[in-house]
Amino acid sequence: MAQLETFYDVMRRQGISRRSFLKFCSLTATALGLGPLYTARIAHAMETKPRTPVIWLHGLECTCCSESFIRSAHPLVKDVVLSMISLDYDDTLMAAAGHQAEAALEDTIEKYKGQYILAVEGNPPLNEDGMFCIIGGKPFVEQLKHAAQNAKAIISWGSCASHGCVQAARPNPTRAVPVHKVITDKPIIKVPGCPPIAEVMTGVITYMLTFDRLPELDRTGRPKMFYSQRIHDKCYRRPHFDAGQFVEHFDDEGARRGYCLYKMGCKGPTTYNACSTVQWNEGTSFPIKAGHGCIGCSEEGFWDKGSWYARLTDIHAFGVEANADKIGGTVAGAIGATVAVHAAISALKRAQTKSASKSVQKMDTH
Amino acid sequence: MSLHQTPDGFQLDNGGRRIVVDPVTRIEGHMRCEVNVDSNNIIRNAVSTGTMWRGLEVILKGRDPRDAWAFVERICGVCTGCHALASVRAVENALGIDIPHNAYLIREIMAKVLQIHDHIVHFYHLHALDWVNPVNALKADPKATSALQQMVSPSHPNSSPGYFRDVQTRLKQFVESGQLGIFKNGYWSNPAYQLSPEADLMAVTHYLEALDFQKNIVKVHTIFGGKNPHPNYMVGGVPCAINIDGDMAAGAPLNMERLNFVQARLQEALAFTVNVYIPDVIAIASFYKGWLYGGGLSAKNVMDYGDYATVKGDKSTDKLPGGVILNGNWNEVFPIDPADPEQVQEFVQHSWYKYPDEAKGLHPWDGVTEPHYELGPKSVGTKTNIQALDEEAKYSWIKSPRWRGHAVEVGPLARYIIAYAKGVDFVKNQVDTSLAAFNQLAGTSLTPKQALPSTIGRTLARALECQYAAEMGLDDYAGLIASIKNGDSSTANIEKWDPKTWPKEAKGYGTVAAPRGALGHWIRIKDGKIENYQCVVPTTWNGSPRDPKGNIGAFEASLLGTPMARPEEPVEILRTLHSFDPCLACSTHVMSEDGADLVTVTVR
Repeated sequence: MAQLETFYDVMRRQGISRRSFLKFCSLTATALGLGPLYTARIAHAMETKPRTPVIWLHGLECTCCSESFIRSAHPLVKDVVLSMISLDYDDTLMAAAGHQAEAALEDTIEKYKGQYILAVEGNPPLNEDGMFCIIGGKPFVEQLKHAAQNAKAIISWGSCASHGCVQAARPNPTRAVPVHKVITDKPIIKVPGCPPIAEVMTGVITYMLTFDRLPELDRTGRPKMFYSQRIHDKCYRRPHFDAGQFVEHFDDEGARRGYCLYKMGCKGPTTYNACSTVQWNEGTSFPIKAGHGCIGCSEEGFWDKGSWYARLTDIHAFGVEANADKIGGTVAGAIGATVAVHAAISALKRAQTKSASKSVQKMDTH
Repeated sequence: MSLHQTPDGFQLDNGGRRIVVDPVTRIEGHMRCEVNVDSNNIIRNAVSTGTMWRGLEVILKGRDPRDAWAFVERICGVCTGCHALASVRAVENALGIDIPHNAYLIREIMAKVLQIHDHIVHFYHLHALDWVNPVNALKADPKATSALQQMVSPSHPNSSPGYFRDVQTRLKQFVESGQLGIFKNGYWSNPAYQLSPEADLMAVTHYLEALDFQKNIVKVHTIFGGKNPHPNYMVGGVPCAINIDGDMAAGAPLNMERLNFVQARLQEALAFTVNVYIPDVIAIASFYKGWLYGGGLSAKNVMDYGDYATVKGDKSTDKLPGGVILNGNWNEVFPIDPADPEQVQEFVQHSWYKYPDEAKGLHPWDGVTEPHYELGPKSVGTKTNIQALDEEAKYSWIKSPRWRGHAVEVGPLARYIIAYAKGVDFVKNQVDTSLAAFNQLAGTSLTPKQALPSTIGRTLARALECQYAAEMGLDDYAGLIASIKNGDSSTANIEKWDPKTWPKEAKGYGTVAAPRGALGHWIRIKDGKIENYQCVVPTTWNGSPRDPKGNIGAFEASLLGTPMARPEEPVEILRTLHSFDPCLACSTHVMSEDGADLVTVTVR
């Protein structure tokens, strides 16, 4: 195998001082929500690891995941692409096309067997012998299986690769399926969302490069560091929910005061994502803050769970908040109890997720 | 071998060598291109194929029309928002909903921001590597690069020799690492690259600057729509309520701080476009002054629906007017009506769909699409391993839309030709000024009619439109502030929010000047649900296969007559195809007639 440069080597050769390097490591630790003690570990990892090859495939998709990825502010995507990973195949960004593009893919698979990360955006359609998505004259599903065979691990970017997303919504005319339905023998990290938040995407990659292992995943395969809380749990409008202050229709007085959007169909209470914590586009805002309810885009099958504007009361899994709505709107005295019940239920749900995926998957590192 | 003259006057010859480019990279979605080159390596035949289909409109059937924007927004995450905008416009048109003035302006600002982002990312990250050779940039003298930068754009602050030296050092070390990443297997020794090392270094530097810039301009969408890609829209207005100085303004979607943020991003966008983007395009173009290929259909037929009305709902005030120009006659612009069944029609004779009568086209309100994948008798390979396509049969997942039977080109170039022909002052000034700058640098004396219909002209028009969008966005912003100052803080009209208020049946359409060209959505609503939904998108127009009369689409026409330096290295093909900014996910998502299950296969 070729002698690979470490991330630290690259930075040093760019004229970056050790002091700046350590500052970067400390910022990375902060960005990942890790304590200052981790700075030294990150620095050590960066000093000893080569740039990991990444193959980024595109199936049936809309490219929103790539677009989100390039919006990353910390780390900047130029630093990811120039200094952290080696993006050896990505048909959205690569210079080469046609035969030369395919050769770049083959070369990477051959040269870095078992060492590259396969990132998948979009998903394979299975109807029409897979020819609803054609790459190089052949079905995409063939390219996916071929590239997966020697991958160290797979990242399923976004809701297409993780769950199927819009093309798999009823009646799913192309029979589009998520990656894990066709690749069953590799570790797969699902990073759902339509698209996922940019810093969540680069956070997952940085974590893998730094600690040389998969992030801890929940039972459905999502990194717990970003997907273990519901948007509702940390929403800045949560106090209005608890106080029974709701937007009743768009542009009413409640909408102007930033009241809770639950009655407008907000799916925040059932959606696991980091929108209300990390927020979008360098922490600028997130859907609820901009006045529209969450549509639940990181949840499996969210396209088929009723209108964006239908209240969550119809959904079985919901439970507590259906009652909270009624209580919140009428009896102020009941609010304390509601919050307590709600907190207990949340804790229970967290515990369930935890026990289901205790083991940390270790990546093969040789 | 067969010779063929299209009714539009293009000569096709599918003899000689067949070159296949699949995948065509640095585009949105999946595309294949085959060309025939003669013994002088000049392209004499071109075949453009959309290689994906998702069936989105089938999925929309029976759903709530107020939800449609989010589904169709996922047609494309690059031109994110323009399908959502077309969708809410279509639903509002069908139901007769008049949105508040503020909502109109906020949507306008969002549309301009999309133009800006899309055009800049397209030029630097999808298109630049067709003109710019990053490996050659290693030979540049940073001092000379600095001088070049200061000459082409004296106002850009990042212009010191040390700045360019740092970028060059970083690039050098990247290349020397042996892990070339996205530059791997590029065509870096191909003589089709003609920039000086200094121009290459300047452009590569701006590739990186643009990467940093683009993440900031989209934050305007994040303020109004909560996120980007895929900001939120709503039927009847915008979801972001305004609260400037009332109780709890600090937690409101729009307050003084949020609006100031929007203004700051728009001002940055204008500065970047004027100081970096436009000067780069002109400087790069001057090195390629002899390369005026790629005009194709733009020299004949162009179309847009028109957009950016000064007065909401009054098409006659469109700042980029609509219409159709035929046969290169800039003296006559035909009006266009999306509701007229005789005007916009789609054909499928060469597409992987079936019509009862494939000699006829269908208006989108009556659109039928039944997938029907089959290869023609002259194709080479098998159904799941295509070596060469047979363009005399069906060969693409894209349909062929036509205006009164004419193939037309759409996009920023089409809009600029129409606006220039109609004498829009801002556009005329921009075109004349930038062309004068180009002529001065290149030592040429090209007129707009000579220069615009070309690959370079397409790329220039996009850059100019980016500036126009930033200027218009700032005007819209000023309008929004004036409106709020006048005491209007309304952002939504919810009179017809409840489906009970709707007629039993309704139909409507919505058009948008999308980054890649004329976009139209057509909807039929019945009993409060979507009965039929059809999108005819820019890349469907440009990337369309042949029609029953034998006319070719803009992609195919643009490649004809182009010489290739090395046919096995498709730099020239990529350069011209990329100048359209192809979006294949957009173009190939049409609906199945009845949503019936297609053939089911077992995963091997």
